[in-house]
Amino acid sequence: MLKFPIYLDYSATTPVDPRVAAAMIPWLTEKFGNPASRSHAYGWEAEQAVESAREQVAALVGADAKEIIWTSGATESNNLAIKGAAHFYKSKGKHVITVKTEHKAVIDPVRELEREGFDATYLDVQENGLIDLEVFKAALRPDTIVVSVMLVNNEIGVIQPIEQLGEICREKGIVFHVDAAQATGKVDIDLSKLQVDLMSFCAHKTYGPKGVGALYVRRKPRVRLEAQMHGGGHERGLRSGTLPTHQIVGMGESFRIAREEMAEENVRIRRLRDRLLSGLTDIEATYINGDVERRVPHNLNISFAYVEGESLIMAVKDIAVSSGSACTSASLEPSYVLRALGRNDELAHSSIRFSIGRFTTEEEIDYTIDLLHKKIGKLRELSPLWEMVQEGVDLDTVQWAAH
Amino acid sequence: MAYSEKLLDHYENPRNVGSFGKEEDGIATGMVGAPACGDVMKLQIKVGKDGVIEDAKFKTYGCGSAIASSSLVTEWVKGKTIDQALEIKNTAIAEELALPPVKIHCSILAEDAIKAAVADYKKKHQD
Repeated sequence: MLKFPIYLDYSATTPVDPRVAAAMIPWLTEKFGNPASRSHAYGWEAEQAVESAREQVAALVGADAKEIIWTSGATESNNLAIKGAAHFYKSKGKHVITVKTEHKAVIDPVRELEREGFDATYLDVQENGLIDLEVFKAALRPDTIVVSVMLVNNEIGVIQPIEQLGEICREKGIVFHVDAAQATGKVDIDLSKLQVDLMSFCAHKTYGPKGVGALYVRRKPRVRLEAQMHGGGHERGLRSGTLPTHQIVGMGESFRIAREEMAEENVRIRRLRDRLLSGLTDIEATYINGDVERRVPHNLNISFAYVEGESLIMAVKDIAVSSGSACTSASLEPSYVLRALGRNDELAHSSIRFSIGRFTTEEEIDYTIDLLHKKIGKLRELSPLWEMVQEGVDLDTVQWAAH
Repeated sequence: MAYSEKLLDHYENPRNVGSFGKEEDGIATGMVGAPACGDVMKLQIKVGKDGVIEDAKFKTYGCGSAIASSSLVTEWVKGKTIDQALEIKNTAIAEELALPPVKIHCSILAEDAIKAAVADYKKKHQD
């Protein structure tokens, strides 16, 4: 039985796995102690749960548990990493590098640093969404202190070459931060091999609860940060605030499940993605956004030419997906990520991000393919642009009466 | 965005979608808007010898409001003379469909499409 709307927006958030929810509940009601309470058993058992979750998070990414700092989510982790490192190392330099296609939770902390007097470079990406290593090298300056590049892009799913970027940064003594919010459980991460200094995680993209995340802070060679949240000195002074035991237990459990099941799960998800991909690219004039090979199978971002973005979203209300268009006002604002790939406004507007996850079924994929065929067909039947293209008119040569 | 039932009905079941053959008698076409702005409307009218619009067809690339506005005007222009059609105002379209304020430009575009189609007709029949 299909449940509507069909959820294909796992890159926005995932449901909490029932096993994770079950693991969390006792820590809300019976075992409610403060992990920082050192004087009684309530505190001790909570502390033990927090530390065991820390081990589980570390295990998924090849880190030592001592290198994991709890936060409220990837946004906070990114803020702590980028602003914390830039503030700590500001005597060494004032230049920060990131990428135009990063999440706002990276772009905006870098903008804040600019307001504080730092210099920032926002790198262009290639048409496939990937960083060109030569462009990256050329952007490095003697006073570059922090580089932040995401592992998996949230909109288009491409996997950036962080292994090579890490080597370059390490050689030059630059702090390298990676936002891995969209990566856990999808790609293998081994921080014992990667030359990454700081890595952001969150639970809710990996079947854990919202409101909890973590920051990996490398110990060897040691990376220092200036705390952004001051208070009781929790998390070795890097992030004060009472630890939410139930949330942390949930994140630990979700990362444990990811580690144990990701190999098998990703085979299944790739099969569903391939089915969706071939079903949708059957439709004429469709374009895949982001590199076809170097991407996670969970994400498929497609532009449908000659149909308008908002009417497309209205037409596919039976599926819950994200659109490249923020067409909620009179001013059209296409996705800045798709613009960075060089997509024109029309194609950026008429894009849909399908993201597949643990609970997606083949039946849901087949329904989606059928729905898109029908609706794209109907909208193109309505589209004067499509009619002109069918008649052989080159739309770029038409004099439009812009309004 | 919350849309009215009338608007959704025109979006789901647009009236008079299509094109007339270019060579048919009494056909005039108005095309307004631009792809980069997110709306292109093509309105065609078929005018009888008595100057009355016998039929109308449209195609629209645009949001739900743009599709509904153009669908609505194809219904409204039928049976009107070309001069009566010119009296259809965007405010009436916006009111009929209860367009939200940010979508008023769709009704303006629909009014422009009528004007453009009538202008095309007059150009072709000025003799």
